[in-house]
Amino acid sequence: MTGYLSFFSDQAALLVRLTVGHILLSVVAVVISIVIAVPLGAWIGHLHRGSFLVVNAGNVLRSLPTLAIVAIVIALFGFGYVNITVALVILAFPLVLTNTFTAVEGVDPGTVEAARGMGMTGWQILTRVELPSSIPLMMSGIRTSWVYVVATAYLATFAGATGTLGDVIANISGYGLTGVLAAATVSIVLAFLGDALLGLVERGLTPTGLALAQRAPATT
Amino acid sequence: MGEPTQVIPVFSGPQCAPSNPFCWDWITANWSSILGPSLVQHIYITLIAVVVGLVISVAAALFAFSRNWFAGGFLAFSTFLYTIPSLAFFLMFVPITGLSLTTIEIGLTSYTLLLLFRNTLTGLRTVPRSAVEAAEGMGLTPQQILFRIRLPLALPSIMAGVRIAAVTVISLATIAASVAPLGLGKPIFDAIHTLFDTELVAAALLTIALALVTDVIVVGLQYLVTPWTRVRR
Repeated sequence: MTGYLSFFSDQAALLVRLTVGHILLSVVAVVISIVIAVPLGAWIGHLHRGSFLVVNAGNVLRSLPTLAIVAIVIALFGFGYVNITVALVILAFPLVLTNTFTAVEGVDPGTVEAARGMGMTGWQILTRVELPSSIPLMMSGIRTSWVYVVATAYLATFAGATGTLGDVIANISGYGLTGVLAAATVSIVLAFLGDALLGLVERGLTPTGLALAQRAPATT
Repeated sequence: MGEPTQVIPVFSGPQCAPSNPFCWDWITANWSSILGPSLVQHIYITLIAVVVGLVISVAAALFAFSRNWFAGGFLAFSTFLYTIPSLAFFLMFVPITGLSLTTIEIGLTSYTLLLLFRNTLTGLRTVPRSAVEAAEGMGLTPQQILFRIRLPLALPSIMAGVRIAAVTVISLATIAASVAPLGLGKPIFDAIHTLFDTELVAAALLTIALALVTDVIVVGLQYLVTPWTRVRR
């Protein structure tokens, strides 16, 4: 226990450096997933087509073992940051995609009809009605993907990318179990902090009307 | 753990250039010595974790059904579990159970609990009111309703949990191989620090194939054990 606590003070400089690297890698992976998955999921959900395709593609991607992806990308592109980033994007992408799709597809048809009746174009309906209504579900997908990515980013070490908490977590012979657990603790804290931060973003982005409707008791 | 762990991949026999990412000759030559046994081991490891996890989860969900404090505590614990880097979680048990199959199974089973418990509990709680009322009318006790009405009707939800749990275990078991050299993770870790890619790619593709096939098998199993969900009303 004392070894565990003193690791934080003894290796403070190392932990801070690796934590920054860990955050950077995770943020890059989640942002790339969002940039690809949100427009794609929103567009397919808006068209109300291809739900079979999205659900199954999501299931297939979600069943891909991350270490196997790392291994295959090593053979294709070699070691390094590209490798682990690709693997983490594949981990996060299906979560964001299926949640965005489900949210946009599930927007109350009555609301969409009303918007169309007001003379809104398809693009306006998507950006002003469907996407704002989808924020809670979409953000829950992004928050889950953040937790998964932070907890998995240590695999960077096996992909030959140094500078993440994986340098300690995957090196028990160098740092001992106390070091591994200390680095893992930092990773856990990162997962929770990021999740809480995204929770604040979610609250900020959720339209006031929707937040009020969620808090009000159900009328049916 | 008797024999020493082999670190250098086997080059003997077929001529395979290290730069060739996929050499069939190596795969056919090493199927019976490396890939086949690893695949069987991987299936074995996954089966134990999912079956043990299912038994614990269903028992816990039945216990938690009328006890909300237990459900809340169990869910909070298992949510926390997913924020832990899996390798660190496996390593935590090494001082107690050593570099063994037991260590791996403790870790893998724990990971199935979140998915299976949540799905079982949701299944038990979302049984149609009409079915429960009919059972009450027939004079079944609450205990009988839980076991004879709610549990079978929760099967679709439970099987959906099994599906995700099995695939998750297959994925995490590869990482567990760095703790105890078992399953398809072993050839991956053996080959990852060499310049020989075929072993790496072959083991990785096998893992992916296993995950996809398992997914399909569980869906088929779900179809078989829930005949009533196929009846159109």
